[in-house]
Amino acid sequence: MAEALQHARRYLDIAWLWIRAAWAYPASFVMLAIGNAMITSLDFVGLWIMFSHLDDLAGFSLAEVGFLYGASSLGLGIADTLIGSVERIGTYVRTGRLDQMLTKPVPLLVQVCADQFTLRRLGRITQALVVFGWAAAYVDWSPLRVLVTVSMVASGAAVFFGLFVGFSCIQFWTTDASEFANAFTYGGATITQYPLSIFPREVLVALTFVIPVAFVNWYPALFVLGRDDPFGMPGWFQFASPLAAVVTVAASLLVWRTGVRHYTSTGS
Amino acid sequence: MTTTDDALICVRNLERDFVVRRKMDGRRRKVREHVRAVRDLSFDVAAGEMVGYIGPNGAGKSTTIKMLTGILVPTRGELTVAGLEPQRNRVELARRIGVVFGQRTTLWWDLPLRDSFELLQKIYRIPPTRYRHNLERFVELLDLGDQLDTPVRQLSLGQRMRGDITAALLHDPEILYLDEPTIGLDVVSKGRLREFLRALNAERGTTLMLTTHDLQDIEALCDRVIVIDHGTAVFDGPLAGLHEQGGSTRTLVVDLVDESEPISVPGASVRRVEGPRQWLSFPADASAAPIVGAIAAAYDLADLSIQEPDIEDVIRELYSRS
Repeated sequence: MAEALQHARRYLDIAWLWIRAAWAYPASFVMLAIGNAMITSLDFVGLWIMFSHLDDLAGFSLAEVGFLYGASSLGLGIADTLIGSVERIGTYVRTGRLDQMLTKPVPLLVQVCADQFTLRRLGRITQALVVFGWAAAYVDWSPLRVLVTVSMVASGAAVFFGLFVGFSCIQFWTTDASEFANAFTYGGATITQYPLSIFPREVLVALTFVIPVAFVNWYPALFVLGRDDPFGMPGWFQFASPLAAVVTVAASLLVWRTGVRHYTSTGS
Repeated sequence: MTTTDDALICVRNLERDFVVRRKMDGRRRKVREHVRAVRDLSFDVAAGEMVGYIGPNGAGKSTTIKMLTGILVPTRGELTVAGLEPQRNRVELARRIGVVFGQRTTLWWDLPLRDSFELLQKIYRIPPTRYRHNLERFVELLDLGDQLDTPVRQLSLGQRMRGDITAALLHDPEILYLDEPTIGLDVVSKGRLREFLRALNAERGTTLMLTTHDLQDIEALCDRVIVIDHGTAVFDGPLAGLHEQGGSTRTLVVDLVDESEPISVPGASVRRVEGPRQWLSFPADASAAPIVGAIAAAYDLADLSIQEPDIEDVIRELYSRS
């Protein structure tokens, strides 16, 4: 535990340095943050335009879709802000930066995640919060629903953390596989912006057991929104997001260790 | 296997293989091929030694350094550094060593040197008083005072190198690995850097291991040279011995006022003549002064310069003899 705290502090030390570095170019920082928020906003504008032609999407209203969208975007935004740099492992391998990190007394994952930390990724979080806040106004809140919502966002961020780390590890084997990894991380995020009832059952099963993004928002949101599960999956799934998060993160750390071991034993 | 008590770095029959995929004619799939980058390498380095680790490109120098620092896992053989196995205790070892890669910087590009140093203080958990003391000392010795608040991207190559060396030393490492530390530096910067490294070794007993292509680095710093070629040590001893074994020569380039017959002086022989310019070679451990004196006495000199022996030539010579 004390060790984990040390790692968190090193993470913050490194991140803080990058924040200050970004302020060396304040204008560029502000423009990129605004640009980031605008690009991610377009996602939701797309949904909104769709609803101007439809009354509901697979039985879900605009506010409910907004809730799903906001929850997924928030989870992705938090994970992306905290550890987005892990996608760049391939570049670090090619430039030799990874070798330099290996000569520092801080775990490699902490260094890689904190490297090039940038607050402009907060653009996505801000935009997600706006949509989420608007959609939340339509929810019939109870203490348990608040609790499930909080656990949903935290677990969602953790699931995306696991996916980012796990799939980025492919780059230890082939250094230019980041696009392939994106298909699963950002691809998973895009899928969860819609109610999963628009997909066939097989897709839902895959999104539950293989790439567990259904736990990022779908299952807990069904409970919070008071909806019946259109697929009739077990009811406890709606509370199982923290479990999915723990399993995903544990699996990704295992893959990470294997990847680092492969790197230090091939030096490619 | 016995090791001497004072061996800080202990390398025994160290080997490292790489798998290379190569495209062969007439076959669709690439063929996997094992290349042995380091083979049967053994040496000890005692605390406080300054060792030059030299060899041609691709000889296995950086593969060795990467194994010593824990970046690469050896395929076979034994390796301990400061009593630790680098591949198993990478993080613990990292606190006790400093690494400088001459062609890359560990510093943060957009930030003043001072900020990079402060981050390193946190990363290495250097006590504040020791950190301040070390920083003051290195800044003074390396003359970095005016650059502390300059962003790294605005520093000259020499200033950046001094910044990188300070960064590698703030946590008082027992061993400092330097990979081509003087590459690209001007003569003044090179001299200052060598002086600093000598002082560091004398005052703190820091063990130095450096790879270089510049024989003068070795002459100025290292009592001992390990030459590696094709992955294994072909020479381990003092530099003088290397010159002896390798039969290395320095070259005197003489510009005469007029074209002339090949110069004839004792101790040197003409290798090449091109108009008024002549190239004479003489043993690397001999002094150039009497030769220059003899030439100046007998010929009309316009200009002259001395070329140091090329490390690659010395090693090629050494290897072809062994």
